[in-house]
Amino acid sequence: MYSIEAEHIVKTYPTEDKGIKTALKDVSFTVDQGELFGIIGPDGAGKTTLFRILTTLLLPDKGSARVTGLDVISDYRSIREQVGYMPGRFSLYQDLSVEENLRFFATIFNTSIDENYGLIRDIYVQIEPFRKRKAGKLSGGMKQKLALCCALIHRPTVLFLDEPTTGVDAVSRKEFWEMLSRLKKEGISILVSTPYMDEAALCDRVALIQDGRILGIDQPKGFVEKHLEKIWEVRSAEMYRLLKDLRRFEKTKSVHPFGDFLHLTLTDDQENEVVAFLNTAGHRDILIRPAIPSIEDIFMGLMKTPEAKA
Amino acid sequence: MNKHSTYSITAESLTKRFGDFTAVDNISFTVGKGEIFGFLGANGAGKTTAMRMLCGLSSPSSGKATVGGFDVYTQTEKIKQHIGYMSQKFSLYEDLTIKENMRFYGGIYGMSIPAIRSKTEEILKTLELVKEQDRLVRTLPLGWKQKLSFSVAMFHSPQIVFLDEPTGGVDPLTRREFWEMIYQAAYEGTTVFVTTHYMDEAEYCNRVSIMVDGRIAAMDTPASLKRSLHADNMEGVFLQLARDAKRAAD
Repeated sequence: MYSIEAEHIVKTYPTEDKGIKTALKDVSFTVDQGELFGIIGPDGAGKTTLFRILTTLLLPDKGSARVTGLDVISDYRSIREQVGYMPGRFSLYQDLSVEENLRFFATIFNTSIDENYGLIRDIYVQIEPFRKRKAGKLSGGMKQKLALCCALIHRPTVLFLDEPTTGVDAVSRKEFWEMLSRLKKEGISILVSTPYMDEAALCDRVALIQDGRILGIDQPKGFVEKHLEKIWEVRSAEMYRLLKDLRRFEKTKSVHPFGDFLHLTLTDDQENEVVAFLNTAGHRDILIRPAIPSIEDIFMGLMKTPEAKA
Repeated sequence: MNKHSTYSITAESLTKRFGDFTAVDNISFTVGKGEIFGFLGANGAGKTTAMRMLCGLSSPSSGKATVGGFDVYTQTEKIKQHIGYMSQKFSLYEDLTIKENMRFYGGIYGMSIPAIRSKTEEILKTLELVKEQDRLVRTLPLGWKQKLSFSVAMFHSPQIVFLDEPTGGVDPLTRREFWEMIYQAAYEGTTVFVTTHYMDEAEYCNRVSIMVDGRIAAMDTPASLKRSLHADNMEGVFLQLARDAKRAAD
């Protein structure tokens, strides 16, 4: 049995100008038990709509979905008892203290903090010094940890985390992902969404999503291995001029900034011609070598396919 | 504007205290004209407070600073006229059309009607939004909104533009198109002061400062920072500095 099973989900919303916006277009995927599965895509891709359908808070127009084998429409009550959900927007009670929030969520699920303390201990000890503080007065990183504790307090079998790391700095993001890998070891299945593509590498499998459509599902490594187009990384002393010059090079297919390099694809892979061209253009300290494609390269490649544009 | 100065921004022992909490603790730096300056730091490090002082929105507790040659204590109105500002959270009025937003901002900055008209045409053309000009901003895809926000922040041709996490949540292609707009602006002489949580974007800056607990923990070119901290990339640099400081703060 899959932890999560989505089949051909479609969801539309009416727009202001009396049109229809399709938030999800035929979305299908499965998540195995104990799997850490990432939904990766930019704002407006449909991530939150998908989460709301799977957590029984929104009805799909078409298609079906099951969570731990239970139907999201007919068995919604049982699902709600078994899943933990951390919405994208901070949704705890701002005027309750850290401790009060946690006790409140435990009580709602007919349990107590003590009963499942083992599961949250590692995370809770980090915010325990502030247990009397009102949740509204916590820093972003601490709010995030408290919200995770509240989503875990009834020991859910499936955990839904909608953009838990958005707007969070690199240090807190790293810590958060370390917490997730520990939870995974407890056997909890986790569906997590993020707009940060570099976080894909931390998932068992990921679905890349754009404009309500899944562009591809694979292991992070699988995406890289199946990416056939050769990508070059190029650097010179003047990066902006390099970008502009490579744009007008006749054999350039695409060129984009990637950290301290540009990523370049060519119509034929003759890197000496690139070097010759750049030398003529007066570039200094030229370096060109094959690059390992990143998830962003792959995402951008998939975005351009005719299917994605349809 | 002091025409002889080569600096767009200067800060000397700039400090902001709220009661007994020192949000910005004695920071000093300069930003050159046409430079892309990355202003990084962990959540709560004091970036926003520092930025608010530089934009003339909050008075420092002590220290000195100038922006575009104007004093942050006494010439805040002058500063506001000479800077552009954009953040992910707020920039454009959602219930105005594209064209109305530009008309509005042009008016705020005291531009003449013909100047507003020609600038509007120029931006609509550059962003390929001529056909969309009467659409409400609310109905635009995020990527368009971000690029439009940047163009509106640059509407009055400011000397300096402040960008507060301008690319959060946008797709990878739009994020790169956005950075090309930044490069272009800097190339044409605008000074860019930018914050981001994307560490690859830190690489696109001429220089980067990293704030930790109200202080500037490091400031240099990305290449020098990586070299001196033996890190492969800016993420490595950031993690080292921000982690160290956290331990010190506990």
